[in-house]
Amino acid sequence: MAEERESRPVKPMGGRPPRGVRGPKIEGAGKIFWRLVKYVGRYYGVHWFFVALCIIASVLANVQGTMFTRTLIDDYIIPLTKAADPDFSGLLQAMTRVAVFYGVGIVCTYLQSRILLEVTQGTMRRLRDEMYAHMEKLPIKYFDTHVHGDIMSLYTNDIDTLRQMVSQSIPQMFNSVITVVSVFVSMVILNVPLTLLTLVMVGVMLFTSTKIAGKSGNYFVEQQKNIGRVNGYIEEMMSGQKVVKVFCHEDKSLEEFQKLNDQLFDSAYKANKFANIMMPINAQLGTVSYVLCACVGGLLALNNIGGFTIGGLTSFLTFNRSFNMPINQVSMQLNSIVMAMAGAKRVFDLLDEKPEMDEGYVTLVSARKEDGKIVECKERTGLWAWRHEHQADGSVDYVELKGEVVFDDVDFGYTDEKIVLHNIKLFAKPGQKIAFVGSTGAGKTTITNLINRFYDIQDGKIRYDGINVNKIKKADLRRSLGMVLQDTHLFTDTVMENIRYGKLDATDEEVIAAAKLANADTFIRQLPNGYNTVLTGDGANLSQGQRQLLSIARAAVADPPALILDEATSSIDTRTEKIVQDGMDKLMHGRTTFVIAHRLSTVQNSDCIMVLEQGRIIERGTHDELISQKGRYYQLYTGNSIGA
Amino acid sequence: MLKTLGKQIKEFKKDSIMTPIFMILEVIMETLIPLLMGSIIDDGVEKGDMRHIFLMGGLMLVFAVVGLFAGIMGGKYGARASTGFARNLREAMYANIQTFSFANIDKFSTAGLVTRMTTDVTNLQNAYQMILRMCIRAPFSLIIAMAASFLISARIASIYLIAVVLLGIVLMVIVKFAMKYFSQLFEKYDALNASTQENIAAVRVVKAFVREDHEINKFKKASEAVYNLGVRAEKMVILNSPFMQFTVYTCILLISWVGAHMIVVGDLSTGNLSTLLSYCMNILSNLMMLSMVFVMITMSMASARRICEVLNEEASIQNPENPEMEVKDGSIRFDHVTFRYNENSETPVLDDINLEIASGETIGILGGTGSSKTSLVNLISRLYDVSQGHVYVGGKDVREYDLEVLRNQVSVVLQKNVLFSGTILENLRWGDENATEEDCRRACRLACADEFIDKMPEGYNTYIEQGGSNVSGGQKQRLCIARALLKKPKILILDDSTSAVDTATDAKIRKAFAEEIPNTTKLIIAQRISSIEHADRIIVMHNGRVDAVGTHEELLQSNNIYREVYEAQTGGNGDFDENGGEL
Repeated sequence: MAEERESRPVKPMGGRPPRGVRGPKIEGAGKIFWRLVKYVGRYYGVHWFFVALCIIASVLANVQGTMFTRTLIDDYIIPLTKAADPDFSGLLQAMTRVAVFYGVGIVCTYLQSRILLEVTQGTMRRLRDEMYAHMEKLPIKYFDTHVHGDIMSLYTNDIDTLRQMVSQSIPQMFNSVITVVSVFVSMVILNVPLTLLTLVMVGVMLFTSTKIAGKSGNYFVEQQKNIGRVNGYIEEMMSGQKVVKVFCHEDKSLEEFQKLNDQLFDSAYKANKFANIMMPINAQLGTVSYVLCACVGGLLALNNIGGFTIGGLTSFLTFNRSFNMPINQVSMQLNSIVMAMAGAKRVFDLLDEKPEMDEGYVTLVSARKEDGKIVECKERTGLWAWRHEHQADGSVDYVELKGEVVFDDVDFGYTDEKIVLHNIKLFAKPGQKIAFVGSTGAGKTTITNLINRFYDIQDGKIRYDGINVNKIKKADLRRSLGMVLQDTHLFTDTVMENIRYGKLDATDEEVIAAAKLANADTFIRQLPNGYNTVLTGDGANLSQGQRQLLSIARAAVADPPALILDEATSSIDTRTEKIVQDGMDKLMHGRTTFVIAHRLSTVQNSDCIMVLEQGRIIERGTHDELISQKGRYYQLYTGNSIGA
Repeated sequence: MLKTLGKQIKEFKKDSIMTPIFMILEVIMETLIPLLMGSIIDDGVEKGDMRHIFLMGGLMLVFAVVGLFAGIMGGKYGARASTGFARNLREAMYANIQTFSFANIDKFSTAGLVTRMTTDVTNLQNAYQMILRMCIRAPFSLIIAMAASFLISARIASIYLIAVVLLGIVLMVIVKFAMKYFSQLFEKYDALNASTQENIAAVRVVKAFVREDHEINKFKKASEAVYNLGVRAEKMVILNSPFMQFTVYTCILLISWVGAHMIVVGDLSTGNLSTLLSYCMNILSNLMMLSMVFVMITMSMASARRICEVLNEEASIQNPENPEMEVKDGSIRFDHVTFRYNENSETPVLDDINLEIASGETIGILGGTGSSKTSLVNLISRLYDVSQGHVYVGGKDVREYDLEVLRNQVSVVLQKNVLFSGTILENLRWGDENATEEDCRRACRLACADEFIDKMPEGYNTYIEQGGSNVSGGQKQRLCIARALLKKPKILILDDSTSAVDTATDAKIRKAFAEEIPNTTKLIIAQRISSIEHADRIIVMHNGRVDAVGTHEELLQSNNIYREVYEAQTGGNGDFDENGGEL
């Protein structure tokens, strides 16, 4: 019961700052704004056109209604009171006319929000889908160089600010501008001096709110800082809560928290206070403006200066109110647009990231052997071949997929300036087991990342079955390489589907066979719903060892000719590993396997062991050869290295 | 639930009461102003009484000032009440979490607790402010305006009354349907975000299996579901404003018509008519506001529920009434101990365990994944309570001890251990606040942590990043052992705590333990035979039971499991160390 929605990203506390608080300065905000407008307009141009029409119509209907109050009093009620035999038919006619306007206004309001709804939800969906599709095509480097929480907040916070902008800010801005303009025109028509008076008061209002906003802004910045501290502290302490318990550190931890919490309270209080008093100040300044207009207008009407009437005054006062409101709104929306721009910039940054390039043209195809020659065929035969179309003459070669991997003097660095792998040479024959050992940071995982081209090399060549990997289509290259990583990743789905991830069209029987191969079958059957048990939260209800068994099963069902095992059994205890080993041996049989491990039993029987240090292979050979060399491997192996 | 939350208002009760009072004062001022306005028109403009206009205008300004004062005070108190409430909520949750036992902590995930203390509290803070400032204000304003209308003209006011009732019903229906769709939408939205997060974390798997398109399709489907529900929910919401407009316009027309008739026969003045018209907007927009507040409150209910779950969670392990304050020695005895994490589960995690460990003994514990090694040692420092049977430490049932006393004497180095941001010294002093630097050095020497600390440029003052991300796995483990040693415990438990430490260092640590703290009972869980083979006795765990107990030689002869593991690890000492590069 307690556990639902755990994976929601944490949103910042405290809500948005009040209007007038400067958001972060954004480079080229105008450019981003236009890009966003173009993005929204591309698919919904016609929609926007109708939205604009509807807004104009409903604003006009509203203004017209307000004007009607004057007509009502001046043209109908006052003459009627003077008439001996009042005839209401004229009034009825006028009211019917107004009613029609009102009707149009209501319909337009509805249409406007109905169309906007389509635009907003559609745009958000399109944006989400595009972002996701684009993200999936980005190279691993993007994910390695960006904090995952930051990528996530694109989908939550940033999209949300954009949604608000498209659905509220833009239409409301437009609405406000139209209202201000039409109310202003009406006011000018009614009375010029009173209009000027209203304008002066608007100036006063804007002035005071900027002043307050400036003050409040400082406190909001302060609050944001404190929120960051409190959140950071909570996150750290909650993840270490068990350690806190073990060390009886509860009181200390609470004490520290109280300190931070009080600081947050202090700044949150001040920031909120200033945000709260903004509204009454503006409202009462509005009243002052109203009173002034009433007094001056009363004088004008009384002395009948410039043909100003009581009805005119009544209408004007209503306009006075509806003039102040949109002005406040525009400045409020401006601020949220600035915030949305920051979000839009991050979203566009993602969309502008260069996707993973793939110039490969050698593809993997099903094949059949006819008279010792390889022939491409449609159906799955279990035999695979590289289809190599020569660019020069268009002739097509077929090379059987075997899993031979050759590194020829490979240099690699995550950036061009810093090379982390030097002169790597290795030769893995089909079916061989190659092991990498060495300390953390020696470059073991990096090498395996090059085989499947998660990263591209700076110099040298990597050949797969004799073909330069750069020529092979990435998707086909990766399909021919199975990977089991130290960090297992399971998806929210059934156990069955999680294993099937390795081969989407695998039958249930194939999945179960793979699970049996990895010795995962036994424990799966003990789960509440067996293979149909739904895993959540990255398989949180399984032990680390069990999760690794599942990821081994996943690689098994994919049935690739080559395997990369990156510390795949590190979390399985030796005894269980022995059970798994048997399955692993079966899995590795006949496949080229690259193993990274720091456990001896995993490495020992490899065909070749590479000892890496600081990005170089310093020793290579079989276990026995390396032991007899009495070098680094021997040291690691016997544990005599300390003090050496 | 309201009671639980209400308790947390505490010292902000005054602010919570003052806020609505000032809000009401502000509303009264706001409502009186149109009344005066009508008077200006009727008694001033129409009768040509300039004095009256200025008098009323002056009065209006006074009201405006009072209104301003009330508004500012209301805003101030409201801010204090709501942010204070939020502070108390956070603190209460944090304090309660500190009392949680391991079982309680397991129930909530870390992420879950963090969300509750951040996002959920913010939601409640906003909702509370809304309640204090709007929930009283809006209905009050509505009632006052209504009453004022009745004073002017009962006939016209009854039009409002009917409009309010009708619009109220319509709004309620809309809100009810919208809420239903929205809660479905949020669920789907959360699921979408969860799966996106999963995808980002698992990107290597996705790419390695070339499942990009598969993932994109999965996402598109989920995204479409969100879209459909979003459209459905919003479709309900957008009905609000046309209904509102319809009611307002109808009212204006009706009032104008009725009002015109009344003015003609002399039952109403023109000033009153314009006052009534301005109340019209006031009444109906307050109703609108009320329905919005209602939506907000309903939406924050989920947050309130989650917060209450934490606040109402009772620690499953509590101090006994007259606790034993001294642990006599480091002896341990398990007497027919059965343990389950969940009372309802059929198969126990530990099944009828009987063990006797003398003070000062070194015990190795070995067993496969899921053989309940960790569960066994967690019972000793009472991180969990047994389901049946007894665990004795120093001759007394662990449930008789004061928790802090017990845990200070039984020091556990957890399997999933954590260092906190702060210097190495600060981290070490978790074990003993008053430890001198010399004490810390000694503990580090024992744990073989001194060698790498001394090589760090700032030595013991080196700053450890959150989660210890700037030290290697093996270094982290050694620091954690040193930290536990500083407690000078009678029992030391190492739960797979040297797995990332190379074999030679591991041996050195064991040697130091034997020589320097011979009287401490040591329990060592390990996967490497070499880590435990020299122990006085070794316990072999299998499926929640003790499979065998004995020395290395005995077990090698008599126990199948032990022999198998030993054979699997034959040859050298087992591991290639991750820390080889530190030499």
